[in-house]
Amino acid sequence: MVGAVPALSVRNIGKTFGGARALKGIGFDVAPGEVHGLLGQNGSGKSTFVKILAGFHAPDPGGEISLHGRAVALPLRAGSFRKLGLAFVHQHLGLVPSLTVLENLRVSSITARRKAMIDWRAERRAGREAFDRFGIRIDVAARVAELSQVDRALVAIVRAFEELRGGEAGVGLLLLDEPTPFLPKEGVDKLFALMRQMTAHGASVLFISHDIDEILEITDRATVLRDGEVVGSLVTRDSRKEDFVERIVGRRMERFASDRRPASGKKLRARLEGVRDVRLQTTSLDLHAGEIVGLTGLIGSGYERVPYLIFGANPAQGGRLTLDGTVLDLTRITPKRAMRAGIALLPADRQRASGVGGLSVGDNLMVLALGQFVRWLHLDRGALGRRARDLCATFEVRPNNPRLPLSALSGGNAQKVLIAKWLSQKPALLMLDEPTQGVDVGTRQQLFRAIKTAAQNGAVVLCASTDFDQLADICDRVVIFARGQVVDELTGTDISKDGIAARCYASVTLASLAVGAV
Amino acid sequence: MGETSRRRIARFRLFERLALLLAWALVIAGFGIAIPGTYLTWQNFSTLFTSQAPAALLALALIVPLTAGDYDLSVGANVTLSAMVIGVLNAQMGWSLAVVLPLSLSTGLVVGAVNTFFIVFVRIPSLVVTLGTASLITGIVQWLSNSSTIGGISDWLPDMVGGGQIFGISYAFYYALIVAAAIWFVFEYTPIGRRLLFVGRGREVARLSGINVGLVRAGCLLVSGLVSSFAGIVYAGILGAADPFSGLTFLLPAFSAAYLGATSIVPGRFNPWGTLVAVYFLASGIVGLTMLGIPLWVTNIFNGAALILAVTASQFARGREEIDLG
Repeated sequence: MVGAVPALSVRNIGKTFGGARALKGIGFDVAPGEVHGLLGQNGSGKSTFVKILAGFHAPDPGGEISLHGRAVALPLRAGSFRKLGLAFVHQHLGLVPSLTVLENLRVSSITARRKAMIDWRAERRAGREAFDRFGIRIDVAARVAELSQVDRALVAIVRAFEELRGGEAGVGLLLLDEPTPFLPKEGVDKLFALMRQMTAHGASVLFISHDIDEILEITDRATVLRDGEVVGSLVTRDSRKEDFVERIVGRRMERFASDRRPASGKKLRARLEGVRDVRLQTTSLDLHAGEIVGLTGLIGSGYERVPYLIFGANPAQGGRLTLDGTVLDLTRITPKRAMRAGIALLPADRQRASGVGGLSVGDNLMVLALGQFVRWLHLDRGALGRRARDLCATFEVRPNNPRLPLSALSGGNAQKVLIAKWLSQKPALLMLDEPTQGVDVGTRQQLFRAIKTAAQNGAVVLCASTDFDQLADICDRVVIFARGQVVDELTGTDISKDGIAARCYASVTLASLAVGAV
Repeated sequence: MGETSRRRIARFRLFERLALLLAWALVIAGFGIAIPGTYLTWQNFSTLFTSQAPAALLALALIVPLTAGDYDLSVGANVTLSAMVIGVLNAQMGWSLAVVLPLSLSTGLVVGAVNTFFIVFVRIPSLVVTLGTASLITGIVQWLSNSSTIGGISDWLPDMVGGGQIFGISYAFYYALIVAAAIWFVFEYTPIGRRLLFVGRGREVARLSGINVGLVRAGCLLVSGLVSSFAGIVYAGILGAADPFSGLTFLLPAFSAAYLGATSIVPGRFNPWGTLVAVYFLASGIVGLTMLGIPLWVTNIFNGAALILAVTASQFARGREEIDLG
């Protein structure tokens, strides 16, 4: 391999966002026919780099990227990948579920502009050949929606490979951006087998993942980013898991010295027993009055499902919640019943699930409280407006004008409105999913204050997040998930950004051991 | 934002609310100058207000499910169905109106219930379901009536609709006014009205705010069925007969009025007063054109052009943002 022209060569690539250097001039090579891992935490510059490769960002001047020995013009143009011998598979795969496998697989050939007619017989043949090459059995006439998650991922990867094969470069570099988090273990094995077959055909793979076990299993070498710099270039065969964790997190971690302490002096208020669904194994938690509990893990680890299952936003396969002595069956719970029991959920998807941008701030804020403003069969709109204005003032919403559409507010102020909507109901159990996503630093503190005040008044707060900084700021306890189950728990002084990160990255092995034992 | 620019925006908003009323006034003034003797008479407007009452009721029926995010194309067919029930049972079989009118009203509820079953329970898009039921009902009506108009409805109904007058305008117009007021009250002054907005514009937000989305949509479809049946009764009263065909010709103008109405009074929302103004604005123009002796095809052009122009104007006024009606 030494001496061969690298499939991808990166030199001194940097990116500055308004004075902040997200990427500080990184460099590494991907050898031809190799699977190369790329790792790093949120904020390490990993996704900025991927976006530069995808042509989404222009890098700072002075950097250089070569593909198969040829320097490419920067910024990359989104339409030129095929010619350069570069293909992407993003986490969301980019397939259209309602179309057939064939239509998805052959999309660039079918929609090519210079064709008068589609030769369906030739397309079908090409489609079948593409799968046969790797011994994959997928019906090309099936709709993508009917396929399993694993088969969808295979289709997306085969499509990327086919596009490379059709290009001038012959075979090229395949970039897989976290395709595995939502796949079961057998599915990951299939994917890895496919990746190996592709490298045998001469392709190279840049594999991005959070999962160190997967990196250890599939890659030949790996590059680790932290704080916008390359902090490690490892030959996988010669490295141990600890070497990776140390470089990702930035300090040598002590091994699994978890010391669970009871939430001292706080009264048990809620007990979650045996909640589960397709991606979450049976999970139980004891929650105390006034406690802020963080739920976290690597992406796809199942922590983010818990609030939605408790609230009845997504159906649970089992489990129950006891809140203030009331027992709720989670297989039958609906948002309405959950609310009646004093449960609140602020979803992460602000535009789709949390608030309506086209309606006014006042409407969004007061939708839960309407019943309290009925006087003599009609809504007391004056009192409603005054209450909305008061709430906006309490939660420091700027500008304080309840008649503005919600979409006119900044992300942070919109989030204040939506958190006020739920807090005004004085919930017994407040659940938040990524409450400060896309929120500026000052607003973030205001939101934290609101959450802490709710806890001080006795509410139980569950906060699902991958923002370790935020969890360290507000949580009394952080519960860590991996592969759909609780694997660790941090309390007291153990809760720090690095501490949480270290446990998240280290915990995967623990989970796979546990799974293997079952 | 400066004080002057804020005042300018407030003034612009007020203008936007009232623009359609102004346009209506301009149309009346225009035809008044062109043909003062015939157009600008009380008789003309009295006839206009009465004859357009079924169209107004139909447009009002539409805005309820539209606000909740569902189309109801079956309202037009409902008009003919409920009118035909009166024609067959009262005029042909001689049943008393006391029995026939409740039956006629309930046909709309039945249609609404059928629509609800397929839209909310089976989860088929409302456009598809109501397109189907509209055609189905039209067929039933043709079978019931042998495709011919049935006259001879008991006098009480025409008296209660077209005959009786207040301030020189028939009761029919006031029925539309009462329905508009009721819808306005529910939309603006009840929790149900607020929840409706959330169901229409953010189903997932509504569901996660504990609103029973299915129930709200069902309620709206039942109301549109009921109000369109009522429009059918009023229509039968005005004609004194049941006409098996005109329901469908009402449908598209009713949609026009609903969308046109959403540009005024409460811009950006389907609202009953805007809808009512839109119906009479369009009718005033068409009546004027007819009096000028302009051929019939011009009325269709007037209808279509007015809708597109008005919506375009309001769209440009709002900086061409994505339309999110509800």
